[in-house]
Amino acid sequence: MARITEIRWHGRGGQGAKTAALLLAEAAAIAGKYVQGFPEYGPERMGAPVTSFNRISDQPISVHSSVSKPNIVVVLDPTLLSRPDVVDGLEAGAAIIVNSEQSVEEIRVKLNLENEDIRLYTVDASKIAKETIGRNIPNTPLMGALIRVTEILPYEEFMTQMKEQLESKFRHKPEVIEGNLAAIERAYREVLD
Amino acid sequence: MAIADNLRGQKRAAMTGNEAVAYGMKQIEPDVVAAYPITPQTDIVEKFSSYVADGEVDTEFVTVESEHSAMSATVGAAAAGVRAMTATSSNGLAFMWEVVYIASGSRLPIVMPVVNRALSGPINIHCDHSDTMGTRDSGWIQLYSESAQEAYDNLIQAVRIAEHPDVRLPVMVMQDGFITSHGMENLNVLEDDLVKKFIGTFKSENPLLQVNKPTTFGPLDLQDFYFEHKRQQVEGMEHAKKVIVDIAKEYEELTGRQYSYFESYRLDDAEVAIVVLSSTAGTTKVVVDELREQGLKVGLLKPRVLRPFPAEEYADALKHLKAVAVMDRSETFSTNGGPVFSELRSAMFELEERPLMTNYIFGLGGRDIWTKDIKGVYEDLFEIAKTGQVKNKVNYLGVRD
Repeated sequence: MARITEIRWHGRGGQGAKTAALLLAEAAAIAGKYVQGFPEYGPERMGAPVTSFNRISDQPISVHSSVSKPNIVVVLDPTLLSRPDVVDGLEAGAAIIVNSEQSVEEIRVKLNLENEDIRLYTVDASKIAKETIGRNIPNTPLMGALIRVTEILPYEEFMTQMKEQLESKFRHKPEVIEGNLAAIERAYREVLD
Repeated sequence: MAIADNLRGQKRAAMTGNEAVAYGMKQIEPDVVAAYPITPQTDIVEKFSSYVADGEVDTEFVTVESEHSAMSATVGAAAAGVRAMTATSSNGLAFMWEVVYIASGSRLPIVMPVVNRALSGPINIHCDHSDTMGTRDSGWIQLYSESAQEAYDNLIQAVRIAEHPDVRLPVMVMQDGFITSHGMENLNVLEDDLVKKFIGTFKSENPLLQVNKPTTFGPLDLQDFYFEHKRQQVEGMEHAKKVIVDIAKEYEELTGRQYSYFESYRLDDAEVAIVVLSSTAGTTKVVVDELREQGLKVGLLKPRVLRPFPAEEYADALKHLKAVAVMDRSETFSTNGGPVFSELRSAMFELEERPLMTNYIFGLGGRDIWTKDIKGVYEDLFEIAKTGQVKNKVNYLGVRD
């Protein structure tokens, strides 16, 4: 693994790609990691393709450019898979996690990655989100899948931090906290490779 | 925003640059804040107004209808004798222009975070330094920040610098729009009471609201005294040089974090160096480390204080180099290079042996700057050092021809 783990999130405006990057940065920072979490600002609108980024390291991070060669790509919306920028900059050994009900094999073909040394994972984060949170907000379950795949943080530690972050953000909506934690837990278990 | 445990008066936190500034403002707890939201500064105003609404600060928050009014209300409050702040970006700063000069000319110790953003037109919301470079000559002290940590630290020090009796001048604290303002990073924040103790209570020298001692602000000041008042402003700036260093030392004792006019990064034994402000300096550090591993003697100088301009100290830090590239994130349209280049190059004039100097304009309107671009600049510098020739005085980095 590189000295800095670089992550790129692909979503559509409203799905929580930016929130995922910021939540992950907060959780990892409080757990003792050095972090960055930032969105790419364009003419964003509900439903338009958006990206956001993380850097996570055991050492201070001073680079302030965008991420061009991510170690991990997370795709929040399967309809984005036809866009070439989803696999941009992926090098051998990198990983891609896709929110999809389709199999790893089907997605590999769709992304044209049959002959590439790219680790591919799928999880039906939308289904999990609907069943646990009650809405199709796939960002938190995908964070569970990300923790499983990357081991950026130990699972227990990550859950403790997420619980704290969600509790401080949704003080008045306890049901949101429970639902999100359940979603993360399920995606952590259900992610397929 | 997330804050963890306490370690000797400081807390580990993760915040965006804007959150860090709003948090610092909460701890400073000015008597008056008058501000108007503008991208990418908006989060500062939003967050601070929620501190006001939640009763976490006892600040009079004035919701004005424009930046011109924001600075006017801030000037009014500061003249009345209280601690007053505002914050802005880009066209907001442009819109408050005439009052920006009134703040400094009236010697009001206002502190203003500015989130650097390109000026229109064409309209662009992303980072460059054209907004605050235009106000270099407005009589404000200017501090530039690389990260959320530096934006927070500079903000707290700015209060002391502005209000120092030998200075009494307003201070702008800059950070890069979106790149740091909207990027979440680690930082350490101080306990509230340590900030309060560090900044102390503001005591206005000649408050307007004194029945027994009537004072006038902003009167007509013609051929008889205007010149003397401007000369005194320069004195204030001259004093600021010492005050900035003294307060940095005090702040270092409190936090362990070191500040001065600029940061020298692996510069002492360097042969060639880049000079660049704010977030790009962080990216340059990565390149310096990489090239140093290959045995190349490269360094970086990151200006923090551009007003006042400590010319001798800058020249002294750079004089041993063979070649220097100044990277400017704004244009002057002089066709003779960017603003930081022009001033630094002039500062080197007295030296008997000067490094060869070249200028790179980069990142206008938020154009990303990559480590490979910066590596290319160091390659150019070694070529200049080898041949003794500067082929292009002004270069454009990352632009399509």
